[in-house]
Amino acid sequence: MANLITRRNALIGGVGAGGLLLSGCDQLSHSPSVKRVLDTAATVNYRAQRLLLTANGPLAPEFKPADIAPTFRANGSTYPGTDEYKRLMDSNFSTYRLVVEGLVHHPLSFSLDDLRKLPARTQITRHDCVEGWSCIGQWTGVQLGLLLKAAGLAPGAAYVVFRCADDMGGGYLYYESIDLADAFHPQTILAYALNGQPLPVAHGAPIRLRVERQLGYKQAKYVMRIQVTNSFKDIGGGKGGFWEDQGYAWYAGI
Amino acid sequence: MAAIDSPHVIAPTKPAKPKREVIYRHRLWVRIAHWLNAWFLLVLLMSGLQIFNAHSELYWGAQGFEIFPKVMSMHAAHTVSGRMVGLTTVFGHRFVTTGLFGLSTIHGDPVGRGFPAWITLPSWQDLATGRRWHFFFAWLFVLNGLGYVLWSLFSRHFSRDLIPTGGDLRGIGRSILDHILLRHPKGEAAKRYNVLQRLAYLIVMFVLLPLMVLTGMTMSPGLDAAFPQLLWVFDGRQSARTIHFCVAGLIVLFFVIHIVEVILAGPLNELRSMITGHYAVPPDHKAADPHG
Repeated sequence: MANLITRRNALIGGVGAGGLLLSGCDQLSHSPSVKRVLDTAATVNYRAQRLLLTANGPLAPEFKPADIAPTFRANGSTYPGTDEYKRLMDSNFSTYRLVVEGLVHHPLSFSLDDLRKLPARTQITRHDCVEGWSCIGQWTGVQLGLLLKAAGLAPGAAYVVFRCADDMGGGYLYYESIDLADAFHPQTILAYALNGQPLPVAHGAPIRLRVERQLGYKQAKYVMRIQVTNSFKDIGGGKGGFWEDQGYAWYAGI
Repeated sequence: MAAIDSPHVIAPTKPAKPKREVIYRHRLWVRIAHWLNAWFLLVLLMSGLQIFNAHSELYWGAQGFEIFPKVMSMHAAHTVSGRMVGLTTVFGHRFVTTGLFGLSTIHGDPVGRGFPAWITLPSWQDLATGRRWHFFFAWLFVLNGLGYVLWSLFSRHFSRDLIPTGGDLRGIGRSILDHILLRHPKGEAAKRYNVLQRLAYLIVMFVLLPLMVLTGMTMSPGLDAAFPQLLWVFDGRQSARTIHFCVAGLIVLFFVIHIVEVILAGPLNELRSMITGHYAVPPDHKAADPHG
């Protein structure tokens, strides 16, 4: 420890006044007020990208079938072992119902077959993990905007929250949320197939969100309920998603 | 009469030591932008290495993860004897880098991580916090850079001080030799940037730093939708990540050379000139004494 501090300070000490400030950065990283200041950049990133990216476009880059990765890398939860999920698996997801509720005029419920009968969109896109790696796969599903239009948004609707079946800790199930600009984007789909096959359990069977202009942690797997809200403050840790509650930015377009 | 009053005049063979000429070398905005840039780049480097550590492998093309060919990787491994080592692999060539890359100690315990704790921000493994620092300082860096460029255009800093003249370029061979022999300009020549200095600053400002911003933008899935040309220019997101890493390395290399040159040219005088603006011109004895 002493050795580490010496080397760190030796490095930092060499660069003058700016460096002196840095020597306290480990302490600063813990400070809630410093976090608040640094997080202004996340707000600026969101506002800046919203000037460029709306519900109408542009589209995330799409790729050729030849670009599809030999295997799609599974990450995060790969199997929600809850009793409820096991029963769904045992029924081959025939008992699965996707619920659309919250600030909507007509709450809806869809079986997997119902969803498959709706107009489908297939897209070959790049999945970018916040860790740094990327993987290209082909997703088929129904556009989220289609379901939201069928349900009809009630006044005050601002966010679409995805409640999932997997538990990654924290005392609540995985969840994610997006704004309406991404919710109504044509590439935002509830995918039930990966590379032409029914969505594997490791990738979020039976339904996974694809929101292609954002990073991997927004692509919620095992989606059970879609909740339209005016705020996500009272859900989970209140930051809009499982990883957001761990300190990651809510807007993950960067 | 005057000759009697002045001892200097009756000793003309012993000239007074010439007074050191002090010039105003760096204007206020250059100094402010310089130090802000140094601070911002240090935070960006250290938080950037924290982000790299979250996946300490580099690829080429649109995509890449464990099963893809790697340009570079750092990881920890067990030797046959069961000892932990840090390995760095560059284009398939493997180097043992225990203690520095792939495996380093935290509180005396070996930990598998790309870059060691003392150079990452924060020191512990924390991608979310690394990203916080990185994006905040990326905006500050861009604002400072734009401010500097606008001021430089307005004040003709580029044309006066940085763009090499024809004479500069014709003398480039001599300048290279001077640098190799560690000969530093004196007198009039020391009042202006030499040609290699001009080229180095221009390459850093107009090639390396903009490349950092553009390859950084290419890693954003949102900006890839808005500006798909970025993917064409850098041959995909993973290539952009690799270029981002390598150009950061070139900027570190520039920094090392920059510090060495400051030390060789007289660190206190150089440092003072970038703090107060005032620079003592190293006297050129040959020019001062035509007979010498």
